[in-house]
Amino acid sequence: MKPAAFDYIAPNSLEAAVEAIAAANGDGKVLAGGQSLMPLLNFRMTRPTVVVDLMHIPGMSFIELRGNAVAIGAMTRHADLEFSDLVAQKLPVMAAAMRHVAHLAIRNKGTIGGSLSHADPAAELPMLAVFYGATIRVQGSNGRRDIAAEDFFVSALTNCLDPDEIVFEIDFPVLASHAGWAFEEVARRFGDFALACIAVSFDVLDDQIAEARVAVMGVADTPRRLREAEQALKGAPRGPEAAARFAEVVRSCLSPPSDIHVSAEYRKNLIGALAERAFTTAWTRAVGEQP
Amino acid sequence: MKMDVAVTVNGRKYQASVEPRLLLSDFLRDTIGLTGTHVGCEHGVCGACTILVNGDSVRSCLTLAVRADGMDIVTVEGLGTPDQLNALQSEFREKHGLQCGFCTPGMLMTGMDLLKKYPLASDEEIREGLSGNLCRCTGYQNIVAAIRSVVALRNGSTP
Repeated sequence: MKPAAFDYIAPNSLEAAVEAIAAANGDGKVLAGGQSLMPLLNFRMTRPTVVVDLMHIPGMSFIELRGNAVAIGAMTRHADLEFSDLVAQKLPVMAAAMRHVAHLAIRNKGTIGGSLSHADPAAELPMLAVFYGATIRVQGSNGRRDIAAEDFFVSALTNCLDPDEIVFEIDFPVLASHAGWAFEEVARRFGDFALACIAVSFDVLDDQIAEARVAVMGVADTPRRLREAEQALKGAPRGPEAAARFAEVVRSCLSPPSDIHVSAEYRKNLIGALAERAFTTAWTRAVGEQP
Repeated sequence: MKMDVAVTVNGRKYQASVEPRLLLSDFLRDTIGLTGTHVGCEHGVCGACTILVNGDSVRSCLTLAVRADGMDIVTVEGLGTPDQLNALQSEFREKHGLQCGFCTPGMLMTGMDLLKKYPLASDEEIREGLSGNLCRCTGYQNIVAAIRSVVALRNGSTP
């Protein structure tokens, strides 16, 4: 199908974009890469009176190291992240995840700000933001504010932004000491949204896990950081028994939904299997071996 | 509301005044008459409408024509001619990489970008790269074979 008619504005400053979206009184849509919004427009599932395009605002696409964090402009494309040396060095879990984000032609247009704002519970970037404990920086009519990723995602396809707020930057803290990490995802077809997915990273001291980070997606209505599972990893040794125990904790934290693709039971088994695999792979990396 | 768009398509300049809601796929097919770009699902799932914009493969059904203002576009008509197919087209013919031909423009444009950005060292990697393009004749084997063959020629070995 084709979109219904709308007015189109492509301002060249963030302030002007905020002004335009505020003036639309809730009837406007912000267009970033368009890879989520355009299908909704084509199906007329959304019929905004005005579309505010961010593509002509300078300085919204960048990846740079600032202290202990990688700052990423909201209009940075998925493909920019996929092929970034800085991301590969500083955010290895993100680097591994990027090829799972849809397909190359989508990654060439889709942006991180757009993906986060769209808030799909089975999309990689929202999950990565939660995993890294990213700060999402937004601008609205009343100025700027910083939002923790875990507070940003309210439910499926719903973020916490006011109608006049636009994401302009996302800061990802570097987990420098975490030599062990893994990203495991299963989708029905490569590039499709995940049926279940887990990211794990940790550092190792005296052959035991010292501190860990765990996040999942596709198994709840938002991506989730699993602090209970992070606690359970503390002191865990390498080996299949510890992997199985970790998987059990991950399973017990979650009550995933059934949907058209798979049952809740299948999903719960799957996330456990992925947790076990992620634990093993992360340990392999932690001790300096190739997974 | 109408807006002016000026684009370069396959080396030729085009100008038109269009509604902002016009999809780039419809601009190419209906406004300037280049019907080589096919429209399948119109929501980014089938890949038939894939073109190159400033060198990158994109879904033309998932972008507005007004956003292409000033950009350099290549469609399937810009790859080769019937007398002089480009390397990828030539291997599609050699390996019988098309059946009904509907998905072929999207497969070719996706293939061009994949060949530029990935080593495509295994069939698995080629298949991953093509996973966003649907062939309802299910002729994937020979599409993969055609791309594998271009990689081999590029690496100087016999396909």
